[in-house]
Amino acid sequence: MFMARKQRQALVGAAVVAAVAIAGCSSSKGTSSPKASDTGTASSAATQASSPASPSVDNTPVTLTIGLFGTFGFKEAGLYDEYMKLHPNVTIKEDDVEQSADYWTALQTKLAAGSGVDDIQGIEIGFVADVVANHADQFVDFNKALGADAANVKSSFYDWKWQMASTSDGKTLGLGTDAGPEAMCYRPDLFKAAGLPSDRDTLAQDWSTWDGFIKLGQQYMSSPTKPKGSTFLDNPASIFSAAVYQGKEAYDTPDGKPDYKNSDGVKTAWSFASQAAADGISAGLAQFGPDWNKAFANGAFAAISCPAWMLGYITGQAGDAYKGKWDVAPLPGGAANWGGSWLGVPTASKHQAAAVALAEWLTAPAQQVKMFTSQAHFPSSKTAAEDPAVASATSDYFNGAPIGKIFGDSASKLQMTPIGPFDTQIQQAITNALGTIVTNKVKPDAAWNAAVAAADQAIGG
Amino acid sequence: MGSRAAYVYVAPFFIIFAAMGLYPFLYTAWVSLHKVSLAKPNAMSWVGFANYSHLWSNHFFLNALKNTFTIGVISTVPQLLIALGVAHMLNYTMRWRTFFRVALILPYATSVAAATLVFSQIYSQQYGLANWVTGLFGVHNIDWLNNKWASQTAISTIVTWRWVGYNALIYLAGMQAIPGDLYESAVIDGASRWQQFRFVTLPGLRPTILFTVIISTIGATQLFAEPLLYGSGKPNGGGLNQFQTLGLLMYQQGWANRNLGLAATTAWTIFLLIVVLVLVNVFVMRRITRESKG
Repeated sequence: MFMARKQRQALVGAAVVAAVAIAGCSSSKGTSSPKASDTGTASSAATQASSPASPSVDNTPVTLTIGLFGTFGFKEAGLYDEYMKLHPNVTIKEDDVEQSADYWTALQTKLAAGSGVDDIQGIEIGFVADVVANHADQFVDFNKALGADAANVKSSFYDWKWQMASTSDGKTLGLGTDAGPEAMCYRPDLFKAAGLPSDRDTLAQDWSTWDGFIKLGQQYMSSPTKPKGSTFLDNPASIFSAAVYQGKEAYDTPDGKPDYKNSDGVKTAWSFASQAAADGISAGLAQFGPDWNKAFANGAFAAISCPAWMLGYITGQAGDAYKGKWDVAPLPGGAANWGGSWLGVPTASKHQAAAVALAEWLTAPAQQVKMFTSQAHFPSSKTAAEDPAVASATSDYFNGAPIGKIFGDSASKLQMTPIGPFDTQIQQAITNALGTIVTNKVKPDAAWNAAVAAADQAIGG
Repeated sequence: MGSRAAYVYVAPFFIIFAAMGLYPFLYTAWVSLHKVSLAKPNAMSWVGFANYSHLWSNHFFLNALKNTFTIGVISTVPQLLIALGVAHMLNYTMRWRTFFRVALILPYATSVAAATLVFSQIYSQQYGLANWVTGLFGVHNIDWLNNKWASQTAISTIVTWRWVGYNALIYLAGMQAIPGDLYESAVIDGASRWQQFRFVTLPGLRPTILFTVIISTIGATQLFAEPLLYGSGKPNGGGLNQFQTLGLLMYQQGWANRNLGLAATTAWTIFLLIVVLVLVNVFVMRRITRESKG
């Protein structure tokens, strides 16, 4: 936002059509390329007009470090190079850790020590609630830092995405990067072989509810013509971790306290998922384990709930030979989200203003569109998701499925469920227990008790 | 003067040890007496020995303790016996001896991650080599991940595979320190190879065996990376915690559940356990080798 605001101020100073210029600039900031307005240079007017909160505009060389985990894909999409070309005084260094859990552990200790943090830190959905609850004073509040831009930036994001990184007293600690709206991925050829409907519109109707989905699963399993050794679903977690976010509450009360035992989302999700597990509709392949990975290509399961980012994973695991053999249909039971990240600027950063500007630029709609087209990361920016480049995107690999529309619909219908610092651990405990219903023939009631024991251990109850 | 210089020479080690070894060690003990969250590691509240008493009545701890013990036994015992046998054979003059000795140490030089990855493939339920082999003997479709004993055995083979060579080399070095004339006189007395092994090699190896037993007991008590990676990087050690070791539990308590106080308690408990086990080892080994001598 730093540059953007600077440019706008330059405009104001030069053209002296204040109100019009601001309105014009802000609205065009959305989908159009920011390059056009970025060609100007800082004028004295900008320095004069800059708010007292941020240091005066200058072109002193600055090196910004970005701490990330896994694959954010900014570098791969060429966004750093683009930004450094726009801002020759800025050098960007990425600091990437493979595992998000390791990353977060390290970041927590660095925040506690008050040193060693990067200028921008990636924040994953698994720990954004922790940031909001426990580290609110250690991250820059974008509502303040973005200055006059704040309202516009906020309105460009999905409301739920913005809320997840905001405290109850109105601080916003992260700007959304990608999102994980969910759909159902399936193998039309296996469905056809088992005598099930295989086109996505019919399926969308037939499994508009989880009941309908389970019925189709029973039909699949009892079909004599289905491929031998094939199960309908990969893991009961596929149902649970999607359905749990379709309730009013998932794991927490509205003020972020763990309360999974009384949550409507957990109750419904458990009943559907444990039914699928006990009925043998679902395999018990550990998600992200070696057998699960291989199953994308060998047909050990025919359906899996898939957040937008899973498409890339499936493509990677199944390989070119399976092009056109997978398809995507809307998720049963309504919209849900799995995954997604934010960028935050620690208050310990020595270059806060420059870091805020870079974070704003990286998460701006134009860049999110680029992240979708080049890296298949689904935007958390509503403006970007509505851009034709995203909204009308189809996937050849997934049998020409209108992925932009399916995921966009899911994202726009999503209701924010309260989140808390122990969601990952509770979900892990429950999905583990669901797996044992399949793999160890544990009775659903006993599995629930095991889940409660493990979850309570995690919460510290 | 001379002795003062000696202190200066050894000082770097002790200074570094104090900073990197002793301080964390004592600080962990201090942390274990508090309730501390990883989210706010600087906010500690004193709870005395509550963490310790909680641990001893905790289902997850007792389960991990049992698992650590069983995995420890089924990995350490075969590991040391195989190593002893291999070392004994390599101690004879044979062709390609140097090649075999180098080959032995290769698994030890392999990264745990790579080894576990390969073994996970071998123990894959549907496509793995292990089930193909057991299938030849009429045992089909063992679930090497979710079945308790199968998963513990699988992990033990990884540990055994990695450490046999290391222990064999140590035994080999020990064997070569045994004077050759002892064997010569044994031969003159008409001792067979087995008798030579039993009455010359074993007593001569006593300190070496004690060393390897202690080292592998410590290793088994701290077992962590193999079960973590075998469970696809999750700290729960399988759906029913069937192969969760104390190391994994500590990791889960501290870094997944963010309960640093409890994790520190587990860490100290592991340490005390090691001390006890090592003392028991020393005692038992003394008795066994004394008997074999006499």
